[in-house]
Amino acid sequence: MRISHPKDFLTGAMFILSGGAAMAMSAGLTIGSAARMGPGYFPFALGAFLAALGAILLLRSLIAARKAQAWPVLHLKPLAIVLLSVVLFSQGLRPLGLVASTVGLVVLASTASHEFRWKEAFLNAVVLVVVVLAVFVYFLEFQIPVWPQLASGRI
Amino acid sequence: MELLSNLALGFQTAVSPLNLLYCLVGALIGTLIGVLPGIGPVQTIAILLPTTFALPPVSALIMLAGIYYGAQYGGSTTSILVNVPGEASAVVTCIDGHQMARQGRAGAALSIAALGSFAAGTFATFVLAVLAVPLSEFAFKFGPAEYFSLMVFGLIGSVVLASGSMLKAVGMIVLGLLLGMIGTDVTSGAHRFTFGIPELADGIGFVSLAMGLFGICDIINSLEKRETRDILKGRLTGFWLSRSDIRASAPAVLRGTLCGSLLGILPGGGAILSSFTAYMLEKKSSRSPESFGQGNICGVAAPESANNAAAQTSFIPLLTLGIPPNVVLAMMAGAMMIHGIQPGPRVIASNPELFWGVIVSMWVGNLILVLLNLPLVGLWVRLLSVPFRLLYPAILLFCCIGLYSVNNNTFDIGLTALCGLLGYVFHKLECEPAPLILGFILGPMMEENLRRGMLLSRGDPAVFFTRPLSLAFLLMAAVLLILVALPSIRRSRESAFKEG
Repeated sequence: MRISHPKDFLTGAMFILSGGAAMAMSAGLTIGSAARMGPGYFPFALGAFLAALGAILLLRSLIAARKAQAWPVLHLKPLAIVLLSVVLFSQGLRPLGLVASTVGLVVLASTASHEFRWKEAFLNAVVLVVVVLAVFVYFLEFQIPVWPQLASGRI
Repeated sequence: MELLSNLALGFQTAVSPLNLLYCLVGALIGTLIGVLPGIGPVQTIAILLPTTFALPPVSALIMLAGIYYGAQYGGSTTSILVNVPGEASAVVTCIDGHQMARQGRAGAALSIAALGSFAAGTFATFVLAVLAVPLSEFAFKFGPAEYFSLMVFGLIGSVVLASGSMLKAVGMIVLGLLLGMIGTDVTSGAHRFTFGIPELADGIGFVSLAMGLFGICDIINSLEKRETRDILKGRLTGFWLSRSDIRASAPAVLRGTLCGSLLGILPGGGAILSSFTAYMLEKKSSRSPESFGQGNICGVAAPESANNAAAQTSFIPLLTLGIPPNVVLAMMAGAMMIHGIQPGPRVIASNPELFWGVIVSMWVGNLILVLLNLPLVGLWVRLLSVPFRLLYPAILLFCCIGLYSVNNNTFDIGLTALCGLLGYVFHKLECEPAPLILGFILGPMMEENLRRGMLLSRGDPAVFFTRPLSLAFLLMAAVLLILVALPSIRRSRESAFKEG
């Protein structure tokens, strides 16, 4: 059997999986009755509905009646770099402080572009550190660690 | 007369120096972010939401409304000058607006967009002020069954708007409803779908979800496309409209305004639907339909007026019934809840100052946009020439800092990265995230009303069909579904989305 609509097929699979997961997890909660719904009632019904929708999508994607569709093309480099830079920022903010995390985020995220240049990225990072310190730390007075924890203890 | 005293109260609130300042700041930074290609009002609001947290609710909402209008205005500027619509509702503005710009009439196109929007905004503000009180009183008659059915109707309406497959859009709604269930169940106190993570006990943060699905995901998508931009070079001149321009576009503004005001109120309506409809209406009713697409000023005036009128009137269902009719308003609803205001019929009675202040500030915001943005348009154009490779790290950074400031924890930032990944998957599978956000916002309310309705009827689901209003909403939802499923309408709907 050939899959003529891969995007519908994958969406169907995603709906079935998430609907199934919702049903499984709701089953562990109190379902209750229609008159006295427990916390599991509505999510269980939604999960079943979602899984059913997914099943229709999945079956329909196998029928080659309509014009065939291409498989999605993934470019993993920008995805991975952008997400990684955000996650690293979240992990680094507390121990390293805002200044170091900003430089890290900006430089790392910049490498995702096909026009990346080291010098330019660093310059951009320096400018943004100044902007961020001025706007968020001094003007809006956000409570945010600025310097690495060790250094701030000594000053 | 009550209307006048209400509006006076609104004026008092809106033009207090501090609120005026927030309105101005909101309109300015809204334009600043909205002018960036590929970033529309939804993304702008998602990115800028945290900047309003420190403010009192009235000022925060005024600033958010300013951000909304600014972003929309910025979007049309990009459409006209760069031919890259910042958002779906500006797609039609591209068609004639960019042609006008190529003919050296960019100034006139920007002027008519601004003036048309202002005229439409003024009219729509009045519609909003007149309809708000009776509608919210009407809403007090709603029981849980009516609310539940109204939400079903609203959610189905948003599906009609989704450009892709209906099945997928309905699935995205359900997925959104399920995501909205995460956290502590209000009635029983049980933790649902929290995976034992304490930070999830309060549910997924709205800001994280919105920023991930719209802000971060759109950056990743733009990085994948190596697009070249067609930026208009040279100085912008000729903002004054000629007499013939005014004569030609005034009726178009009027028609666009009426069309937008009407469509804005409908669930699933709002800026996108109305600008498409207004453009097609204008083209059909024109004596020279062939001149559309060649830089006809009516092709800019009508959709721009319509989308601004709709942007304003789409606040009506949110502020009076508590139902956001589209994604942008879902963002506003999320923002209101973060500030501790439950959108709904009670807002007018319990917070008259807030309600009327926000309404009047919308009008003030529109005025500010006309007065400030036309002179500043040169600055926005210069911003457009800043390369994307320098801008997107800055946007990412502001998102991260904003997210941290929401709860002063880093968990939200990580969660946003996860939502960004989710958004990427949706994008690749051609599933639109807009219905998901609507479902997410409405999920908890929908469940609560379903539970209450069923409790009152002792478990008999017939209550949703026997109460006349509830039945009417469900019937309307059914009609919408059938209409969209009909082959002929389906084809014209698909062609309408392709026209852009």
